[in-house]
Amino acid sequence: MVRPMVDAPTTGSDEGTADAFLEGDRSLRHAPGPYFGSYGGRWMPESLIAALDELEDTFEKAKADPDFVAQIADLNKNYSGRPSLLTEAKRFAEHAGGVRIFLKREDLNHTGSHKINNVLGQALLAKRMGKTRVIAETGAGQHGVASATAAALLGLECVVYMGAEDCRRQALNVARMELLGATVIPVTSGSQTLKDAINEALRDWVANVGHTHYLLGTAAGAHPFPAMVRYFHEVIGEEARAQILDQAGRLPDAVCACIGGGSNAIGIFHGFLDDPSVRIFGFEAGGDGVDTGRHAATITLGKPGVLHGARSYLMQDDDGQTIESHSISAGLDYPGVGPEHSYLADIGRVTYEPITDSEAMDAFRLLCRTEGIIPAIESAHALAGGIKVGQRLAAEAGSAGEAASGKIVIVNLSGRGDKDVATAAEWFDLLDKDSVEAEIGKEGEQL
Amino acid sequence: MTGVQDIISTSKSAAAIDKARAEGRAALIGYLPAGYPDVEQTIAAGIALAENGADLIEIGIPYSDPVMDGVVIQAATTEALAKGFHVRQVFDVVRGITSKTDAAVLVMTYWNPVIRMGVDEFSRLLAEAGGAGLITPDLIPDEAAEWMAASDKYGLDRVFLVAPSSSPERMKRTVDASRGFVYAVSIMGVTGARESVSSAAQGVVAAAHAAGAERVCVGLGVSNAGQVREIAAYADGVIVGTALVAAIRDGGVEAVAALTKDLSAGLTREEA
Repeated sequence: MVRPMVDAPTTGSDEGTADAFLEGDRSLRHAPGPYFGSYGGRWMPESLIAALDELEDTFEKAKADPDFVAQIADLNKNYSGRPSLLTEAKRFAEHAGGVRIFLKREDLNHTGSHKINNVLGQALLAKRMGKTRVIAETGAGQHGVASATAAALLGLECVVYMGAEDCRRQALNVARMELLGATVIPVTSGSQTLKDAINEALRDWVANVGHTHYLLGTAAGAHPFPAMVRYFHEVIGEEARAQILDQAGRLPDAVCACIGGGSNAIGIFHGFLDDPSVRIFGFEAGGDGVDTGRHAATITLGKPGVLHGARSYLMQDDDGQTIESHSISAGLDYPGVGPEHSYLADIGRVTYEPITDSEAMDAFRLLCRTEGIIPAIESAHALAGGIKVGQRLAAEAGSAGEAASGKIVIVNLSGRGDKDVATAAEWFDLLDKDSVEAEIGKEGEQL
Repeated sequence: MTGVQDIISTSKSAAAIDKARAEGRAALIGYLPAGYPDVEQTIAAGIALAENGADLIEIGIPYSDPVMDGVVIQAATTEALAKGFHVRQVFDVVRGITSKTDAAVLVMTYWNPVIRMGVDEFSRLLAEAGGAGLITPDLIPDEAAEWMAASDKYGLDRVFLVAPSSSPERMKRTVDASRGFVYAVSIMGVTGARESVSSAAQGVVAAAHAAGAERVCVGLGVSNAGQVREIAAYADGVIVGTALVAAIRDGGVEAVAALTKDLSAGLTREEA
């Protein structure tokens, strides 16, 4: 079915100033915070405000310091392996209505995902602030591993908070972090999930803020985190824009990314927000389906509220208690979302849609079989969304008497799927029922 | 200081602290989480607090993500939520205590439940229940425009926190925005009993007083009469939380009464 491409925001909120964008009188790319429309801000204990001020000041000065900018550029090139490739996925695209699909290959970065961009930047800021210790939260372990990596590289002590249940399910990632010299602390409070790991990291930060930087892993939290994390990921969108102009000779028709907290998405969106011809899509984790109550489709079904320092869409009950999210993808399994995404949803610049576990896993297998690339399950949500967008664009082209192959979609392949092999093997029933891997996969599937 | 007289005349918290001051002592503020172990016992324990020497009572709303709380309070509020506590029941608790005692009853809440209900509606219901105001651990004055308006409209106290890390500018801003009293966080950390009260506390109180605060109360880590005595020497009130939660957990309402009596023995200043 053909759907209108620029949907009205599904949120029904009265926020936002769409006119400002539509009239083109200001840039959406350089929103500095602390507010994005009515979202963002600092809903934080006073005890932490001084640290946030210090971080903001350090960040602003660093951005203006050519030495810092050069340091980041050097690490990106010579440590992370940037620029990441832009790969045309021709066989995969045959299943997306015949449009052209290009993959932004963040999976090829050191540590296997976009996460490295942010942790290197923040770890450098920690050093500039004279802090000797970084703490981080992690769900499945990807941000924890990236943080431990940056800490090892820069000689910082690293403590990672991780839900006790996640520690058990992701024993290999715990071992990875420990190999890199980090201490992993299992979190047994609350629901023992990612949001509780963030709570515990915040408690640590309050008590140790003098020498500790909280290396938050996504574009959420109190100002300056959303704007700062975006800044470190902007390289994704800037590279992708230059690469598509080079390879295809024009801007894409659509850009797709998956959204948990939304850091990879805001990174690639940044490159295209001021290009009105480029339609932008964020795909949330629909879990078992948005009508089942077991999902992480925060923007699709949440309501504005405050959690972990920012006002944004939030999965919450009638009492304002946070609702636990569910997704096969641990990286998207978060009941909040970065405030800039809430704003972009309200003004209609970005369209946010849910992708179910099974849609994501179908796209996961398709990419494996057609392109020889095993994606992260998070990124598979963007791939599934890319297929839908491609089919809609193809239908649009058809009714205009044009060829689908004239349409271009970029999908941000935010990470690689090595970490997800057990979960995927269980999902596709590839394992001997009695194997250890089957047991791990079964647990992973419940993430 | 303009307008302070008007405010004092309507602030229940200020009146309670001033009454203690007139008696030559600091005020005692006791914290209990609503709905732990159940609503009836929270009310009974609140009354016991008031009858045994607490001047103000702080009723916490159990919340899913209490980032400023240590393990004891987390465990209590998590249990209250698991048993089905609903935010609106906090007004039953407030009404239950204010209808039986003269204590000023404040509600301590993380901010999202208030936003969810609507800041104005929450404030209206709190005022109707006889509540004195709100203590807001994750709301800073910078984000409090709605609450400033609603608290003015319904005559509620707004108790913001100041910390050892607060800059002089923030201290001034927070003191100016507060009404009733200013909550001085004694240490950089979360709630929970500690063996000694940080030396930072006295500095925070002095800074808040210097910034114009008439009433500054100290919380976080205070659990026994000795600590109460130490703080009462320089602060206008002493806030005890975790120790009371442990008391109701281990010994019910009777234990709360006994601990309160013990704590209140520390209130009188040796040199008034």
